Amino acid sequence: MSNHVAVTVRVNGVDREIEVDPRATLTETLRDRLGLTGTKKGCDRGECGACTVLVNGRRVLSCMTLAVTAHGAEVTTVEGLSSGGELHPVQRAFLENDAFQCGFCTPGQVMSAVACIAEGHATSDDEIREWMSGNICRCAAYPQIVASVAKAAAELGGAAR
Amino acid sequence: MRTFSYHRVSDVDVALAALRQPETQAIAGGTELVNWLKEGIEAPARLVDITGLPLAGVESTPDGLRIGALARMSDVAAHPVVRDRYPVLAQSLLRAASAQLRNMATIGGNLLQRTRCPYFRADTALPCNKRVPGSGCAARHGDTSAQAIFGWSEHCVATHPSDLAVALAALDATIVVRGEAGERRIPATEFHRLPGDEPERHTELRAGELITAVEVPAESGAEHSHYLKVRERVSYEFAVVSAAAVVQLSGTTITGARLALGGVAHRPWRLGGAEQAVVGLSVSDRPALLAAVAADFGDARPLPGNEYKITLAQRAAVRALQAA
Repeated sequence: MSNHVAVTVRVNGVDREIEVDPRATLTETLRDRLGLTGTKKGCDRGECGACTVLVNGRRVLSCMTLAVTAHGAEVTTVEGLSSGGELHPVQRAFLENDAFQCGFCTPGQVMSAVACIAEGHATSDDEIREWMSGNICRCAAYPQIVASVAKAAAELGGAAR
Repeated sequence: MRTFSYHRVSDVDVALAALRQPETQAIAGGTELVNWLKEGIEAPARLVDITGLPLAGVESTPDGLRIGALARMSDVAAHPVVRDRYPVLAQSLLRAASAQLRNMATIGGNLLQRTRCPYFRADTALPCNKRVPGSGCAARHGDTSAQAIFGWSEHCVATHPSDLAVALAALDATIVVRGEAGERRIPATEFHRLPGDEPERHTELRAGELITAVEVPAESGAEHSHYLKVRERVSYEFAVVSAAAVVQLSGTTITGARLALGGVAHRPWRLGGAEQAVVGLSVSDRPALLAAVAADFGDARPLPGNEYKITLAQRAAVRALQAA
């Protein structure tokens, strides 16, 4: 007996139709069913932010989202940020500022930063620290992460520094 | 995780009918329930997705504020009327969780959060009357540092983690719920229960009922209000202790006040005695305010590891009054 549910979801601009186990999280579905392994499973309990993606333009935790509940939604993962081989300004800023060591939290940090800037919550270092607090970095690259978000915000016009 | 069937609903009556089936749980933002499913704290046979119900609006009327149960925390905090006229409400929301979780979590779900007591959430089964009624309370004689100082029982010493609930208690808000028998209106101060000998009953919400809205009366006079959250790091952490204050002032003299504490009991703890005692005091007279607040701690019963919460909560209450 299968209680799988048909789900249509637009991922990085492409419509995907899949049958999902209702227990599957969006993290697992992106990684294991759609091959998008940029999104990381860290704590898998809503505490670390490594699984952050955008759903309908808002940053959310994909590990706390059942994939069935994303039916009809538009999902953006870290794979969907670059265009035509050009890195997104946030990705470029992370590279230029060396904003990682092991890199495991980076896709979540980058997705959270993209949203943080778009929300207008990147106008000072203190504000960036507060509004990026849902993304934990085990290597403690926080100073470089804050610098990267500020740099990208200036470039994207999301900051009044 | 036990498997379950999944159902979407777009009508409140259909949702209520679905929730009357046995072993059925509602899911909205998912930030609580998905954890409970993973941890085995909940194992429903059916999940009813209520996010399609028309309960996500925030309305400002002459009577006050009506917040739909499915409004997301981030949207309520950013609502211009909430931001400008109910600072304590906006602050309690913005000082909770993270940006990602606030984008997901709903107002109704926030109130239904379960305790963060580590014994309740333990990976290996420990005695916990909330998880298995009658199994005992491992926290009572365990690590009590984060546990209650007011209103606990031998059966449960847990605290409630919601920041929003504390602000709503200070605002004299009402929780509106609907079930088979129709609508009930429950004061925010009574929605969460004291544990007594039934700690497995977390709130006054009955089986088959849904929270539909939260109402904040206009006369709550929230312009001068503040939510102070004391925590072990500056962001993205639960409160050790918190205080919500709503103050009426004539010049610098307090003419009315409502005060609620978080992190100290199984529900938001209103300081009714202190609210009376601070009337007539100058808001800048810290020693007098502290004495008035401290006098309302006669019911406090600290556990071996959390006597510090008495000092902390009294000072937090005074700071919230002064910041309001």
